Amino acid sequence: MGNTVLQYVLYLAVTVLLAIPLGGYIAKVMNGEKTFLSVIFRPCEAGVYKLLRVDEKEEMPWKKYAVSVLAFSSIGLVFLILLQRLQGVLGGNPQRLPAVPWALAFNTAASFVTNTNWQAYSGESTLSYLTQALGLTVQNFVSAATGIAVLFALFRGFTRVRQTGLGSFWVDLTRGILYILLPLNLILALCLVGGGVIQNFKGAETSTLLEPVAVAEDGEILENADIDVDANTVSVDGKIVPNAEIVTREFVPMGPAASQIAIKQTGTNGGGYTGVNSAHPLENPSPYTNLLELLSILLIPMALCFSFGRVVKNKKQGRAIFLAMFLCLGMALAVIAVNEQSGTGALAQGGAVDITHIAQTGGNMEGKETRFGIAGSSTWAAYTTAASNGSVNAMLDSFTPLAGLVTMLLIQLGEVIFGGVGCGLYGMLAFAILTVFIAGLMVGRTPEFLGKKIEPFEMKWSVLVCLATPIAILAGSGIAALVPQTAASLSNGGAHGFSELLYAFSSCGGNNGSAFAGFNGNTTFLNVSLGLVMLFARFLPIVGTLAIAGSLAGKKQLAVTAGTLSTTNGTFVFLLIFIVLLVGALSFFPALALGPLAEYFG
Amino acid sequence: MKTLKNVLPRAGAIFLLFALLCGGVYTLAVTGLAQFLFPAKANGSMLEVNGKKYSLLMGQQYTDNAHLWGRVMNLNVTTFKDESGKTLLYAAPSNLSPASEEYKALVAKRVAKLRAADPDMGEKPVPVDLVTCSGSGLDPDISPAAADYQVARIAKASGQSEAVVLDIIEKCTTGRFLGLFGEPRVNVLKVNLMLDGILQ
Repeated sequence: MGNTVLQYVLYLAVTVLLAIPLGGYIAKVMNGEKTFLSVIFRPCEAGVYKLLRVDEKEEMPWKKYAVSVLAFSSIGLVFLILLQRLQGVLGGNPQRLPAVPWALAFNTAASFVTNTNWQAYSGESTLSYLTQALGLTVQNFVSAATGIAVLFALFRGFTRVRQTGLGSFWVDLTRGILYILLPLNLILALCLVGGGVIQNFKGAETSTLLEPVAVAEDGEILENADIDVDANTVSVDGKIVPNAEIVTREFVPMGPAASQIAIKQTGTNGGGYTGVNSAHPLENPSPYTNLLELLSILLIPMALCFSFGRVVKNKKQGRAIFLAMFLCLGMALAVIAVNEQSGTGALAQGGAVDITHIAQTGGNMEGKETRFGIAGSSTWAAYTTAASNGSVNAMLDSFTPLAGLVTMLLIQLGEVIFGGVGCGLYGMLAFAILTVFIAGLMVGRTPEFLGKKIEPFEMKWSVLVCLATPIAILAGSGIAALVPQTAASLSNGGAHGFSELLYAFSSCGGNNGSAFAGFNGNTTFLNVSLGLVMLFARFLPIVGTLAIAGSLAGKKQLAVTAGTLSTTNGTFVFLLIFIVLLVGALSFFPALALGPLAEYFG
Repeated sequence: MKTLKNVLPRAGAIFLLFALLCGGVYTLAVTGLAQFLFPAKANGSMLEVNGKKYSLLMGQQYTDNAHLWGRVMNLNVTTFKDESGKTLLYAAPSNLSPASEEYKALVAKRVAKLRAADPDMGEKPVPVDLVTCSGSGLDPDISPAAADYQVARIAKASGQSEAVVLDIIEKCTTGRFLGLFGEPRVNVLKVNLMLDGILQ
């Protein structure tokens, strides 16, 4: 047990220790200051601006910044849809996979452009290498960089006084990719290959089966069959089965996986190279690769809290926001860990099954890999749902009811417990604005945050940013529950079936992308509706955040007085957590009661 | 509208540049370096013995009493075929809720099957790894507890002594990373290749 507790502590501690210096580095890069990598990347950056005639000094007003983000994302969306439709006639397709159907192509494109990476398909049997590399990997990079850019535009809203400009989206995007995402992922990808993750352009391999499997003519697997490989006959109970096939080899996927896995983790994208994501032994072969992939999930979102403190020249403010997020993460992880380690009555079988911690990890191993155990899987589940990453190394559908509820709740809180790259923190800052407003009301003071007065314009947009996720999730799952065909997509019945549906819409509305994977989202209705939910929940908050930034930048800076409500002390941290939980609980309690809670008490 | 007209061409140009950089150059650079630095690992760590290829990373299903059994597998024989149209095996996770009645009945069946196959273990609780399906459906490992549970059966069925079987299991056991991260585990295919004398 001692080792398990130590693993949890180390996972958390190492993430924080890596995030602090990275936060400083990101702040410097985005401010255009010199760093140790400038020698290499400054010439590349200058080259990009020259080639594309980008004015490095341009100051975009918030509307132009927003239009630039939307235009850039729309181009990405159209490009990705076309790439999937045309993959059959383009190169880089050794498996000869055909064009992706329209609805699925739209869903996948929306999913990757919005940094969600919801996958209604299984990568190894649907998308060509070219689509994976030129389509998905590209969106993994640019959607993460877009998040960072919008976040820094918001930071500038706080630091600038009586100005209209928020910086240039093109410059922010370029810096995010060149200085931060590319070098980090290049190193990470190589470290992963060193641990056994595949990276090649070969067609699939096959592995010899030590015990061949017999399949009847109708595709049914014949259990207890006598297989004579040399005579090529299969017999059951002494009778030869006609036309049975003997399967002697296993499919081993190949392809450029490591490069995509690195960015899917660091960019809080989450879309796996294979259908089962980082549970697959070729995506995540060992505890070493698992450690690297796990740390990468929260690395940048956590680092950005420290960047925030640095940019607004108030490190205490960065730490206060960090602390609020970290406490929520810690609580969530504790609930998941305890429930998964305890397992369920159905699993324990009144003592017939050994779920203790002796010479094994024990606990609820359904849907989990032996090499990661409960600690490696529970921490991943908390990280991936907190961070809007959505990659998995264990099947969330097979988590115990309360642990499953916590992962869903982390998403429903609006993906602000660290959240996605950039978008998590700007979502949390919208909650912070909401908090100072409510706190201001309670003590009868004009609300202000970081020396900027919070007025009706900021309040309206903050509320929209905070409520975009709940609206998208509840309206979406409500409508889907009324559509009769939806029932066919569920793999479990009753309350757990409803949980699957609610989780799907939460995942897309929270731009998370993980799934209770038994759920079949690949139907026309679900592909289209989930695609729309993802676009709504991503771009409404982006526009809102930029509107707030633009308005704040135009305001004067108020001096701190004895009457200013502190936004860096324990009271504020507590209030912020309280508001986040309150909005989440009020919005989702009825829906959760029908799903995981009903299952737990039922 | 005017802003959009100004922005769109620039957005397109920048998108194309980053598509080439992040999709093309990045992917090619990682592939090139990976193939140079870790050629075997980058190509799937395939093991070749007597002209046959094996992947120690991919789990297989075993029902032979003389073999070590792995995690429960949810086999798939419909998705993948090779060039000549022969079926290839694959597997998927169960995605079942571990709190349902249906699941309880399923596990009870698995327990009964294992107890029937391992009569020497009597009423000893069955290690959880042996009655659960993994996250990938392809888990190549089981816990040391799950391996130990099967030693008596394997020894009897394969005609080797328990000491030999235990020794092979020991050889195929990997500890935690840095002694801290992950869980100790036994690679099932490697044990079986050694039990069959294919691998030394």
